[in-house]
Amino acid sequence: MKYIDEYRDKGLIAKLADMITASVRRDYTFMEVCGGHTAAIHRFGIPYLLPENIKLISGPGCPVCVTGTDFIDTAIAYSQIDDVIITTFGDLIRVPGSESSLEKMNESGSDVRIVFSGLDALEIAKQNPQKKVIFLGIGFETTAPATAVTIKQAEKENVGNFFLLSAHKVMPPAMETIVKDGTSLDGFICPGHVAAVTGSAIFDFLPEKYNTACVVTGFEPADLLQAILMLVKQVNSNNPEVEIQYNRAVTVNGNQEARQYLNEVFEYCNARWRGFGLIEDSGLKLAGKYERFNAGSFATVEVSIHEEDRRCICPEILRGLKEPGDCPIFAKSCFPENPVGACMVSPEGACNAWYKYKVSR
Amino acid sequence: MSGNITLNHGEGGRRTHELIRDVFMKKFGMVEPLTDSAILEGSLVFTTDAYVVDPLFFPGGNIGKLAVCGTVNDLAVSGALPEYIACSFIIEEGFPVNDLLVIVDSMAEAAENAGVRIVAGDTKVVGKGKCDKMFITTSGTGMLDVAKKYISTGERIKPGDRLIINGSLGNHAIAVLGARKQLSFTTPVSSDCAPLNHMIGEVLNNCNGVLFMRDLTRGGLGGVLNELSEIMGNGIVINESSIPVDEPVRGVCEILGFDPLYLANEGKVLIVSSKGMENQILDLLRQDPLGKDSAIIGEVTADKGGKVIIETASGGRRIIDMPSGVQLPRIC
Repeated sequence: MKYIDEYRDKGLIAKLADMITASVRRDYTFMEVCGGHTAAIHRFGIPYLLPENIKLISGPGCPVCVTGTDFIDTAIAYSQIDDVIITTFGDLIRVPGSESSLEKMNESGSDVRIVFSGLDALEIAKQNPQKKVIFLGIGFETTAPATAVTIKQAEKENVGNFFLLSAHKVMPPAMETIVKDGTSLDGFICPGHVAAVTGSAIFDFLPEKYNTACVVTGFEPADLLQAILMLVKQVNSNNPEVEIQYNRAVTVNGNQEARQYLNEVFEYCNARWRGFGLIEDSGLKLAGKYERFNAGSFATVEVSIHEEDRRCICPEILRGLKEPGDCPIFAKSCFPENPVGACMVSPEGACNAWYKYKVSR
Repeated sequence: MSGNITLNHGEGGRRTHELIRDVFMKKFGMVEPLTDSAILEGSLVFTTDAYVVDPLFFPGGNIGKLAVCGTVNDLAVSGALPEYIACSFIIEEGFPVNDLLVIVDSMAEAAENAGVRIVAGDTKVVGKGKCDKMFITTSGTGMLDVAKKYISTGERIKPGDRLIINGSLGNHAIAVLGARKQLSFTTPVSSDCAPLNHMIGEVLNNCNGVLFMRDLTRGGLGGVLNELSEIMGNGIVINESSIPVDEPVRGVCEILGFDPLYLANEGKVLIVSSKGMENQILDLLRQDPLGKDSAIIGEVTADKGGKVIIETASGGRRIIDMPSGVQLPRIC
């Protein structure tokens, strides 16, 4: 398949792996921030191709994984209100809240529907004018523009029964929290699809302030290996900077139109991340002009903040402090079918990827 | 088991196996190994399968053709010659007779192609909204050469034996998905739904190397390889670049995040060949149009309690786990 096979070519991959092996001089720890990278790394068996002194750790870039229990509990509370339809991307329905999940609510009578985009949710609202349709907006700068488009469309068509419950987040504050909190790290494999929207410049503060190497990376095996080679070279020359490996999709300034939509529809807010707690200005909420589409505008629900299951080490995994294999319940009482922590739910979660793909499990 | 039945219990993965082991086998006093068909006294083989595919019509087939081919294939992969089929229909009030006639015609045609006779049946009609248009259950019997009983249990498989499949994976699942009109694009993919008994019969009649067969339906190749490694207690290594997948199927999988290894097929079989016999089996398979794209995809390893490992097309290695979670409900 064109534009895929070129980046999976066995000869090219072997050559890149040899170049990495020839370049390493010490131990290196790199964090892949994006959940898409975590899934790709394990799906293509990348760790098997790397020398042992390169360690890849997963970061907080799986949207489902970092969505706090309080958000799930809030969505569950809305699902119990009469005439409410909850619309959500598929993974989120299985994430355990403090007492239930959206999947269990659906089985016991709430109307929870899986959609592939916000526009599908808007369509459901138009078809069910007597109901209130709430779309659960999750994801980073990658998916938030699509939600922004949906909101503007709802405004244009004057759909009065469509609402957003936003857990949209932005990446840089979480990455800063990781390096500030002392996770030992030589460099970031920076999220390629986030950067396609925002531009690579949003990562400039990392080498400047924290001396951390950064390479904005694509999602195929050749992309990942080339990025790792670039990171190794940056570390070796002690010259950290933001480089773009994924230059077929990413520019320094990003997608202007998508950024404009984000700026118009959303504004920054403090947001709660699973594993991190509250991070300042790391969330996106609807700007004042669009407040009437906020789920809170037709009904407010109260949920309390619960402590997460103590046996589960998702919080440490999301901050890059531990690996799924360090968790006492990994593959013992926490499985993809019956997840205890969010990292086991999503295909982009580190635990799910380890469980499904990792050879030395 | 407790709680409620979820869609997950019907996906052919880990939860389905739990349901079968902990409820059905336990209560019915059935014993391992789980095979596609039951081998009864003498050489009689018996199987049954329910069909709930949504939609009823899809490129390459419909629920009727599927119901006949599926049961024929379950018998054939046990090494048996399929002979007789019984079918039950559950039909929703208001179902168009014209659609019924098309479905029944396909069943008659599929039975003729497979050389089996449909000899018994039952019809129930339920009120509107009490079932989704039509469900069909087929049961079938066949005759097994008792000397070939080992094929259904896999008891003769040894490390070094080779794995063969008869063509590209995932076409049925993608064709059904496309027919649901949930995709915002069209695909040229047709279901591979077909009776495999003649092709398998040719192989068995001309070669003694077949040690095990399983059709690659719900759960796909990934599911069957995990079942096989569990039955044997040995590991399996397969090579991704040797596994045929048609370009349009690969494309849809890339876009939607499906793995073709887990997608359902309705005309594909995994054959374990004893080492050294694989090329003879491959030649026999390729003489049949349903096996023209057959390929050797891997082998059984000596790893005790081993896993199913895939060497990826780009040279990495990873596990293929038992499928889990709800993938594509009502695919067959």
